[in-house]
Amino acid sequence: MDTFSISRVNNNEYSILYLNGFLDAHTAPELENEIEKLIQEGRFKIVVNFNDLNYISSAGLGVFMGFIEDIRKNGGDIKMCSMSPKIFRVFDLLGFPTLYDIVEEENKAIELFKN
Amino acid sequence: MFVKRIVGTGLGSQQCVNQIGYEDMPTTECEYQLRIPSETDNLELIRDFVSKVAEKVGFKSDDVGKIELACDEACTNVMKHAYASGQKNGKESLDILIQIDYDKFTLVVTDHGRGFDPDAIKLPDMKEYLAQLKVGGLGIYLMKTLMDEVDYQMQPGVRNQVKMVKYFIDKKNSKLIESEKENK
Repeated sequence: MDTFSISRVNNNEYSILYLNGFLDAHTAPELENEIEKLIQEGRFKIVVNFNDLNYISSAGLGVFMGFIEDIRKNGGDIKMCSMSPKIFRVFDLLGFPTLYDIVEEENKAIELFKN
Repeated sequence: MFVKRIVGTGLGSQQCVNQIGYEDMPTTECEYQLRIPSETDNLELIRDFVSKVAEKVGFKSDDVGKIELACDEACTNVMKHAYASGQKNGKESLDILIQIDYDKFTLVVTDHGRGFDPDAIKLPDMKEYLAQLKVGGLGIYLMKTLMDEVDYQMQPGVRNQVKMVKYFIDKKNSKLIESEKENK
């Protein structure tokens, strides 16, 4: 069952990950692998676009927690955008908006890296 | 308590349950049950089962989403922690029981593994330990936030249960409505 997929777009300074489908304990390792690859490539400025993500559980949120320290130490960050109200609610319940920049549009997330 | 029940195993199965001998106990009107291998690739199936039942009994999509996520978190904890990976034989299963009462939706997740207590997890690899503690902790926090009641009953190796309740009417809101009526 292929219920989750990620696509990546690289720009000079940053990378954008587009998440699609259902992110749970079964599919979270795929996201983990993708972020690990970015770190190995030295790409620490990451925008995550949630527009096509239908579902997230704490296993998915845990992936972001697992890498954020490493990424910020290297001058990067994870900026999040385009969440549906259902997805945002889960992030909000766990207090993520105080830890991460979560914005409505992808352009705004990219701009945060330029400032 | 003696419970006479005939329980179906699929979404279409719905049987009434009669409780005999305890008149003061509320009668469970219907039960839905699913037994499924304790593997994460079944999480989607579990979510479909639970959310379809929640929809069927009249919850709005917001509450259906809360119940679906709380159940996912409970089952994920079982899959990740209740059965030690070295001792798995591939036949571990978990049971999901949904009881519908006149006023509430009760979800019981049962396993027969070593139980899950995030405070008691001790692994030699500290990175893994912290990661598991974090994720497990987030899950339990979410369950408590999303549902009205969460109760654990652990008998390691025998039977571990997480029982979660969602009331059909928000008790806090209904109290407010009652007090508004009194004021008029």
